[in-house]
Amino acid sequence: MIDQPNLNYVNELAGDDVEFRGQFIDIIKNEFPQEKEEYFGHVSNTRVKETAEIVHKLKHKFNILGMENSYKLAVVYEMELLEGKHDSQSKFKEILETIEEYIKTI
Amino acid sequence: MNCIIIDDEAMARAIVRQLCSKIPGLDVIEEFDNAISAIKFLNQQDIDVIFLDIHMPGFSGVDFVQTLKDPPKVVMTTSDTDFAIAAYEYECIVDYLVKPITLERFEKSIAKIHSASTQKPQAKVAANADSAVGEDLYINIDRRLIKLKLDEILVIEAKGDYIDVKTEKEEHRVHTTLKKIKEKLPEKLFLQIHRSYIINFTKIIDIEDNSVLIAKNVVPISRSNRPELMRRLNLL
Repeated sequence: MIDQPNLNYVNELAGDDVEFRGQFIDIIKNEFPQEKEEYFGHVSNTRVKETAEIVHKLKHKFNILGMENSYKLAVVYEMELLEGKHDSQSKFKEILETIEEYIKTI
Repeated sequence: MNCIIIDDEAMARAIVRQLCSKIPGLDVIEEFDNAISAIKFLNQQDIDVIFLDIHMPGFSGVDFVQTLKDPPKVVMTTSDTDFAIAAYEYECIVDYLVKPITLERFEKSIAKIHSASTQKPQAKVAANADSAVGEDLYINIDRRLIKLKLDEILVIEAKGDYIDVKTEKEEHRVHTTLKKIKEKLPEKLFLQIHRSYIINFTKIIDIEDNSVLIAKNVVPISRSNRPELMRRLNLL
């Protein structure tokens, strides 16, 4: 079961600062699709080191979006990649799809 | 107090900027998505604090700190709890923050910066002099900082642009020089006995004319380093 993304952390940080909240949403809407595309590009070309790099980058977003379990899975997946394995690949894909859907709603 | 933010991720920079905005008297004067640009900036501008991401492609936060000759206070930021951290390998690093950073934790970090700024330099020197047995050394391997207990290190051997750090349990290859690591090691435990070797001389098993035995490692002693080794030994 993939944990659901949320903006709790961002809302807490923003408080009444609507501008920051908007800026944050703009950044995630802009960065996430690019990083997701980059990830799949590296996977399909079996560029393992680059895949691990982008997983590292993406996992930070999981954390910001309150997805603690997904973050933990990404940590494991990053390590797997560095060891030449990819057992968590399909779950990681599900997480990306979950975020992609969520981003459409904010 | 002014600061800069260095992080390759726009989202992370926005968050640190937002946190800074909640601290009265703390001004973000610039932010950078890579450390190289920040070096150029620091050559022209005095700043008080750097919020620095550890994990950046190409030139990491730790690499960046190593380039600073007269560094301001540095707060490292990381999304990996495993990275937590080399923070105290460099005197300029006053704290590390694990992302996502809460305001409460950020405020504590600011308090640490103020506290470090008011410390007398003599006090810092004294603290360094006392560091020895039981303390740790963090080495950077494949973007991970691995903790080694100083008193478990046996031998450090130079291998071109790398060093091999041999401990009682394992061996690590690190991209650095013998000279650099020597600066981080307490003299109480370590001694260079050859241009390519530093040993933990408390681990010596025996000494022959031109070599010492440490665990299963036979380490050569250079003629020039031998007198210092003999001076440090508790000879009968």
